[in-house]
Amino acid sequence: MLTLKKLVKTYRTGDQALKAVDLDVPEGQVLALIGPSGAGKSTLIRCINRLVEPTSGEVWLSGTELTGIGSGALRRTRREMGMIFQEYALVERLTVMENVLSGRLGYVGFWRSFTRRFPQSDVDEAFRLLDRVGLLAMADKRADELSGGQRQRVGICRALIQNPKLLLVDEPTASLDPKTSRQIMRLICELCSERGLAAIINIHDVALAQMFVQRVVGLRHGAIEFDGPPDALTPDVLTAIYGEEDWEATIEKVEDPEEAIEAVG
Amino acid sequence: MPMTDQDGTAIWRRRTTGQSMLQWFGWLIGAAVFFYCWQQISEATTWFFVFDAPRIAADIWTRATPPKWEYITQLGRPIWDTLNIATLGTLIALCFAVPVAFLAARNTTPSALFVRPIALLIIVATRSINSLIWALLLIAIIGPGVFAGVIAIAIRSIGFCAKLLYEAIEEIDAAQVEAITATGASRWQVMIYGIVPQILPAFAGIAVFRWDINIRESTVLGLVGAGGIGLQLSSSLNVLAWPQVSLILLVILSAVILGEWVSAKVRGAII
Amino acid sequence: MSATELDTILGTRWRRPRLIRHPGLRWFLTVGFVVYLVAAFMTIEVNWARVYEGLDRGAKFVLAFATPDFTSRATDIWEGMIESIIMTVAASVIGISISIPIGLGAARNIAPLPVYLVCRGIVAISRALQEIIVAILLVAIFGFGPLAGFLTLSFATIGFLSKLLAEEIESMDPTPAEAIKASGASWTQWINFGVQPQVIPRLIGLSMYRIDINFRESAILGLVGAGGIGATLNTAFDRYEYDTAAAILIIIIVIVMALEYISGIVRARVQ
Repeated sequence: MLTLKKLVKTYRTGDQALKAVDLDVPEGQVLALIGPSGAGKSTLIRCINRLVEPTSGEVWLSGTELTGIGSGALRRTRREMGMIFQEYALVERLTVMENVLSGRLGYVGFWRSFTRRFPQSDVDEAFRLLDRVGLLAMADKRADELSGGQRQRVGICRALIQNPKLLLVDEPTASLDPKTSRQIMRLICELCSERGLAAIINIHDVALAQMFVQRVVGLRHGAIEFDGPPDALTPDVLTAIYGEEDWEATIEKVEDPEEAIEAVG
Repeated sequence: MPMTDQDGTAIWRRRTTGQSMLQWFGWLIGAAVFFYCWQQISEATTWFFVFDAPRIAADIWTRATPPKWEYITQLGRPIWDTLNIATLGTLIALCFAVPVAFLAARNTTPSALFVRPIALLIIVATRSINSLIWALLLIAIIGPGVFAGVIAIAIRSIGFCAKLLYEAIEEIDAAQVEAITATGASRWQVMIYGIVPQILPAFAGIAVFRWDINIRESTVLGLVGAGGIGLQLSSSLNVLAWPQVSLILLVILSAVILGEWVSAKVRGAII
Repeated sequence: MSATELDTILGTRWRRPRLIRHPGLRWFLTVGFVVYLVAAFMTIEVNWARVYEGLDRGAKFVLAFATPDFTSRATDIWEGMIESIIMTVAASVIGISISIPIGLGAARNIAPLPVYLVCRGIVAISRALQEIIVAILLVAIFGFGPLAGFLTLSFATIGFLSKLLAEEIESMDPTPAEAIKASGASWTQWINFGVQPQVIPRLIGLSMYRIDINFRESAILGLVGAGGIGATLNTAFDRYEYDTAAAILIIIIVIVMALEYISGIVRARVQ
């Protein structure tokens, strides 16, 4: 469904963040993108919805090529890609409900969004999503009154109300405690399977990634170093992605995740 | 850490000899400049008047007290005009300041090469020149009256408000804007959902702050003929009606204190 | 979260919570504001015929900015500018040096109560009276000339700087100052080592800002005879010599820009 062909991003400073990345994500697949800081994970997912303009290469989403389309068409394709952010990126001074409904901005006109008169179907869907993530009672609270985990749930609702085909998830657990991190990852993966969504999840916590996803892609210096199922991540592979380190402890956690996480949280 | 060896013991000093020489030299030049300035002022002063000043001040004080309280009945309309000059001037200024600020902020300007310098020029030009000078200019152009005062206050406030506002715009959290963009929102929707909520508190604060300043400034605009209570002050001064002058000064003082009190309340409520 | 709660909420209209919850108060404020605005607009008397006539002159003035006349009144401009600068420098030096002790006295955490009250009183008086009104009184007392302007600016500097300095001292981190005190330092040593390092960068920044304001204010003091470029400017407007007025305004804008630029560099260096 999503295909990247020879995607290259070179920043104006000359840093090459992506070096001809080829990637194919089929319908409904949840994929974790791992790699060290600066490997180009964030750049990769931002190149897909063109928050960052790729330098060259192609991005195909359900038969449309995205790098060449105009701004109107780009807005329509962005609706089909929900995005979840590191540090939540909620508009802090708006209410929870406004934040969720902002996911429908691509569908409603300027005036309706300005006066906050969203269609009733959107409002109902927002309530259903908030109920699904357990935040219905918070609907009229301001976003900055929520805890980290709650904010990320609102962020998830905002992405899902777009009714996307694909979720782009950028470090969803970076500022959460271990327990909340697992809850958020589980929620994202559950929702993806409920709705048959494909997802690309940037994540630096390898153990957490292995726990929930079907496929892992390792990125290093802007190039794909590893692509396979989570249990194929051996110490050798991790060394190839991250560099020399003792990986046994990290992988051990995967074999008995309940205990390892409980001990930390 | 510079050390000098004196009588066989190392002594710590904060600066090296060269540095402290340089610093003394700097102070010397500063002092010389100041004394030159003072000399110039002194030359332009008739010292006889200055030595006579305590007597004159005492004389003015006895003439000015008690204030002519019954004159307050004639001040109602000027006070109303003063309030209007400040409020309407602030509102008009805000209407212009908002677009100028968006054009001047690095992250929202449509063109950093052409539009931004023009916006910055508007900001600098309107804010460098005092509202009294703008009032003088407008009186020469459109004649004396409240209208000139309103426009003078408005012009002076554009640069002030736009400068503070564009600094606030440049400080917004880019991630929130990015998140709204990623939903497929249009440019204007990104503006009202991603940017406006973030700068609204700053905007309200700036508006009230400037209104407070404008209350002060509008009380004296009348001195050059631009309406408000300053007109009465000016005419009372011209006929040396000191009891009226003292009453007007008291009224101005209370207006200023009232303005400051209101703006402090409103700012407290917003933040 | 019970399913029934969701069921009751589905299909209901959603509205953003209002800023002012109480509907009566909300309507009162809105209607009151609209009524005020209408009343304010109604009472402004605008002589549109005069304004229309003025547009011509306004255009002439704008065009004069393209061809400013620096030469025909060069000596007047030069002398006025020098006088403005002299007043600015002298008043800034005196004002800043007086405002430091007053600022220390007006900080509740380091000054005893009687000193605090006296200093706060001085600050309040200085802030409540605008420069131009102080200038009028001082001209009446000391006679025309730059001395009145110099005193006005010094007095205004004291109110501005002392207040901000006192606030800075009151909000400083008490731990380093306490550490100095714990080492058995005297009051002056405590100020010198505990307080001074924390507030000096901010004091320098504020002083630069005040110099900028003093220069701008010095440009209007001439309107009431307190020296500086204002008198020349006023004459130029009276004689409708827009090209000379434009030249003066351009000089003011350039100097203000230069001051802002310098103060930006200085502030960046001390912080």
